[in-house]
Amino acid sequence: MARNVTTRHKITATVAAWIVALIIFFPILYTLITSVKTEPEAIAGFSLIPSGTFENYVTVQTQRDYFKPFMNSVVLAVGSTILALIIAIPSAWAMAFSPTKRTKDILMWMLSTKMMPAVAVLVPIYLMFRDFGLLDTRIGLTVMLTLINLPIVVWMLYTYFREIPGEILEAARMDGAGLWQEIVYVLTPMAVPGIASTLLLNIILAWNEAFWTIRLTTTNAAPLTAFIASFSSPQGLFWAKLSAASTMAIAPILILGWFSQKQLVRGLTFGAVK
Amino acid sequence: MGSITLKNVSKVFGEAKVIPSIDLEINDGEFVVFVGPSGCGKSTLLRLIAGLEDVSGGQILIDGKDVTQSAPAERGLAMVFQSYALYPHMSVRNNIAFPLKMAKLDKAVIDKKVTDAARVLNLTDYLERRPSQLSGGQRQRVAIGRAIVREPSAFLFDEPLSNLDAALRGTMRLEISDLHHQLKTTMVYVTHDQVEAMTMADKIVVLNRGNIEQVGSPLDLYKSPRNLFVAGFIGSPHMNFVDGAYAQSKNAKTAGIRPEHLNLSKDSGLWTGTVKVAEHLGADTFLHLDVDGIGQITARCDGEFGAHHGDKVFLTPDEAKLHRFDDKGIALRA
Repeated sequence: MARNVTTRHKITATVAAWIVALIIFFPILYTLITSVKTEPEAIAGFSLIPSGTFENYVTVQTQRDYFKPFMNSVVLAVGSTILALIIAIPSAWAMAFSPTKRTKDILMWMLSTKMMPAVAVLVPIYLMFRDFGLLDTRIGLTVMLTLINLPIVVWMLYTYFREIPGEILEAARMDGAGLWQEIVYVLTPMAVPGIASTLLLNIILAWNEAFWTIRLTTTNAAPLTAFIASFSSPQGLFWAKLSAASTMAIAPILILGWFSQKQLVRGLTFGAVK
Repeated sequence: MGSITLKNVSKVFGEAKVIPSIDLEINDGEFVVFVGPSGCGKSTLLRLIAGLEDVSGGQILIDGKDVTQSAPAERGLAMVFQSYALYPHMSVRNNIAFPLKMAKLDKAVIDKKVTDAARVLNLTDYLERRPSQLSGGQRQRVAIGRAIVREPSAFLFDEPLSNLDAALRGTMRLEISDLHHQLKTTMVYVTHDQVEAMTMADKIVVLNRGNIEQVGSPLDLYKSPRNLFVAGFIGSPHMNFVDGAYAQSKNAKTAGIRPEHLNLSKDSGLWTGTVKVAEHLGADTFLHLDVDGIGQITARCDGEFGAHHGDKVFLTPDEAKLHRFDDKGIALRA
């Protein structure tokens, strides 16, 4: 009896999980389907059966260059992530291992910047970018993305470092390790999974960031988010081409996410499940 | 060599004076146990000696040399932590070798020392395993191995057995005592378990609220506790304290009598008690009694004593072994 109940529970849970997963994945699936429809099919209404043309992909590539925004996305995502890690690792380290009375306040303050609607600071930031000549530059956007994601990177690393027992670091100190040796031989090997999942998540966040990347670029530094947006233009809406462009824009990050999902899940649930 | 001297050492955390001021002399080769209830400052004191905490005042000397401002590694001490604090990403071999690598010793020398330590601690078969693949007792041995390869001038143990089950604790207690006899190195051991303190120590330091209540050999503390705190803390089961008329008749505010110094009888005695709980352990019997005009009393007698819940039992304290305390809780000597 008990076994039957367990099996039934398992089946119900599995089916429920698949339904939820399908609902979450459906917009992406529909983008994929639409991208292989013709334009009249795409506007015609809801349909899951496309004619299976790859014409849109060819048109998208010939009308606009895919490679340039792709390279911009790579540079912005990787560059801003590395920059964020360089700043966040020492700060998270300091806050996790020698906290002061104000550490919690600082963490909350950093996180609070994420609660502010981005549009609230659009004008001052736009003006600053204009005055410093940073509009439509990779450097300007890299700095912007670094600053946007820095609070999350610091938080993730901080929670991760907090899980490393202080006694192990003290043991290393007793064993004669200096600060540098303590970091290289003990801390870093233990923190590598945390640093890796933070890196992955930040690349994804930076890759998908659309508010600032669209508003602060035109052509030179425009990444794939701006590339997609350019298909909803004054010349009219081209749903199928827009979908093809979207698919091409999200494909690299989907592949990266797929291959690193184990690492990502481990990183995101660290501390919650041990 | 490994003598440790604390001169007027104090430690303050924010507003809290964890250790007001302590003077202590630990001689070379001694096994010293810091014992006291949780929060009494015993671990803090050990960490001050280790250099993991900075002192707020006073001096720490190791072999006569002032190390108050020295980094932990410069003090020549090794520490075994309560959580073992093994490096989870390293094999047992690399865990034990770590302090030797930090000291930049020759690879051949490191190998020999690690092999020797592993043999002494029965870890030879586990050298290539990770800490997560070991049992609690084995992990503790690795932690001890990591400490002994350095040949430190003194070992510091911070409640090393509290994560082990009772049976393993007994075995490890013997192993550590045995290690002390072999190495003859100074050991400073922190515990809240007075049985560990009594069985292992050459010298016990009883701490309470950051102050030293008494320093002495286990039997000194058992026979002549200086005050009520030490009398109540050392000995298992705890000493019975009796106030009122009986104490006054002995010219004291409080009279103390250990459970094993009460003579039990079913026929006659000075006090009459009713058994609340009887614990029959075979080798001895513990009776928890409600004694008329006195209150709760615990008595212990060798072997089996046939009494059960609700039975009447007569007790007579052995007056030669009575402890007397004045109104400040200080022991009165005859």
